[in-house]
Amino acid sequence: MEWIQQLINGISLGSIYALIALGYTMVYGIIKLINFAHGDVFMVGSFIGFYSITVFGLGFFPALIISMVACALFGVIIERIAYKRLRSATRIAALITAIGVSLLIEYGVIYIRGAQPEAYPNIFSNKTFSILGAQISIQSVLILSVSVVLMILLQFIVHKTKTGKAMRAVSHDVEAAKLMGINVDNTISATFAIGSALAGAAGVIFGVYYTKIDPLMGVIPGLKAFVAAVLGGIGIIPGAMVGGLVLGVVETIVSALGFSLWRDAAAFIILILILIFRPSGIFGKNTREKV
Amino acid sequence: MKKSKFASLFLASSLLVGILAGCGAGEEGSSSKGGDEIKIGVNLELSGPVASYGSSQNDGFNLAVEEINAAGGIDGKQIKLVTVDNKSDAAESTSAAIKLTSQDKVAAIIGPATSGNSVAQVQIANDSKTPMITPSGTSPTVTVADNGSVNEYAFRTSFIDPFQGTVAANFATNELKVKTAAVYSDNASDYAKGLAASFIKDFEAAGGTIVQKESYVAKDTDFRSTLTRIKGANPEFIFIPGYYEEVGLIVKQARELGITVPLMGADGWDSPTIVDLAGAEALNNTFVINHYSAEDPDGKAKEFADKFNDKYGKSPNSFNALGYDTVYLLKDAIERAGSTDGTKIKDALKATDNLDLVTGLYSVDENHHPVKSATILEFVDGKQVFNTKVNP
Repeated sequence: MEWIQQLINGISLGSIYALIALGYTMVYGIIKLINFAHGDVFMVGSFIGFYSITVFGLGFFPALIISMVACALFGVIIERIAYKRLRSATRIAALITAIGVSLLIEYGVIYIRGAQPEAYPNIFSNKTFSILGAQISIQSVLILSVSVVLMILLQFIVHKTKTGKAMRAVSHDVEAAKLMGINVDNTISATFAIGSALAGAAGVIFGVYYTKIDPLMGVIPGLKAFVAAVLGGIGIIPGAMVGGLVLGVVETIVSALGFSLWRDAAAFIILILILIFRPSGIFGKNTREKV
Repeated sequence: MKKSKFASLFLASSLLVGILAGCGAGEEGSSSKGGDEIKIGVNLELSGPVASYGSSQNDGFNLAVEEINAAGGIDGKQIKLVTVDNKSDAAESTSAAIKLTSQDKVAAIIGPATSGNSVAQVQIANDSKTPMITPSGTSPTVTVADNGSVNEYAFRTSFIDPFQGTVAANFATNELKVKTAAVYSDNASDYAKGLAASFIKDFEAAGGTIVQKESYVAKDTDFRSTLTRIKGANPEFIFIPGYYEEVGLIVKQARELGITVPLMGADGWDSPTIVDLAGAEALNNTFVINHYSAEDPDGKAKEFADKFNDKYGKSPNSFNALGYDTVYLLKDAIERAGSTDGTKIKDALKATDNLDLVTGLYSVDENHHPVKSATILEFVDGKQVFNTKVNP
């Protein structure tokens, strides 16, 4: 009974990691950039959701959609301003820029509204029901279903639409895609938009589920999501989902065994082990770099 | 030969005297603190994670200073506060203390609010012979060093952690009549660890059993897995020493998982934010130990609550009261010392006996630990309700 509860705890945590990890992995897949500002887009999404609910009195779903749209725009703006001109630069230059953008967003938000945390309003009733002795709250069910719906939607976009096809083509070979008449700039923007929208959704879900949000909240979930993306095989979309869920469940199991202080360490130990033994991740194929 | 020896001796001694005189003058210069005003340093958490404590105390300081200055100051001298924000960070707290003692040359420092940041200031206070009073640094380590020696220049207004742990243990055994308890504490804070240790000692001494002991780290947001584990151990009572940012989430998540037993914490819970984080309903059946209650029927406490309400338009919390008391504690010491010399103020503070403050009668023991009373409050629909008062 306790274990069913722990599994639910783990899956809820993991689905948030998975949503953030998707953005990491999509951006990496297409321009080979680890977008460290992604965790901060998640934070901005959380705050947009918070203000939509408290200031404009909207419900959960309108707030979720507003936050996703705003984050999509935000992601595209970041890409156009900071990363586009570095596309032919070295990868390390782009990576350092990403860290700079991350700090700029974090401290920009602190500058605008201060560093104090904010509490998400309770928009769902606190009612819980029990299945096999595990307590499940209505909000965790809703959060889980929203995450699943978003992931299915993403799969649909990637595999069944023209944009998705273009994204896959660009991630496979930029030059060839260009020759086939694909607008690479727009495709990259679309990738940033979709990835950032998912981070925005994760931000709102995080706020509802964990209540407390603050301007530096994106740092640790961002790093964990990065671990999840690497675990699943960076650049591979189903890998990010599985990686996120596995990481969430592993962290929960570590706490459940009474090693709660080792939880964060466990996540990073996984990262180290993966990088040593299987750098391409669970779903990755071993490919050789072309010379 | 002889002559030159004498001459050099004379020269050397005169030099020494000169140096000593120079030193004396320097000391004099540093402790004269202006003619008609007394500079008091304020080192507080005005931003960062525990900013709510710092700004509450700052309100208390300002109210008290305003009153004292309006009534003619201390021995005719007006108080001037020099405020530095330590950003809730121990390293910043040390640099704030260095700035206050070496640049501003204050007569005494009040603050910081938390034990960790206060400990970071103690060395500076001792070295510069500047008395410091932390309003709410409840860890014993603020005034007693690890080797057991007393930090001569460090004082506090609040009672200490072991006392709060003891109060919680007594309350659980005598009032709630529970036999088993779990402890869930913040492993990153000396404050929480100190409270947990004394609670466990006294609860077991009273015949109770600790069925589960768990820890978290400040800034965690997911406590569900550990709480599920605690629930599995079936305690009748859970003691959660920690700060409101995490405790609010712990209480919320505990109630969501169906943990209905009484929860209890200490003064780290005292912030209006906890009600936003946990929700009023989840906070029912939780108890906190505190320094002060705005509902305390005692005359002095009531008078303070009224004055505070007039100035800030809200009823005071215990950090407001401790801040207010800290200024009066220092004022009393400076008056009895008859001087703003650091050493004299320190001696006067050490001799404080039954001073009537808002948070109760105040005396100091040989370890600079106050001897005073504690209040137990219960959360009822998001409001703290006066439950009982426990004497030392």
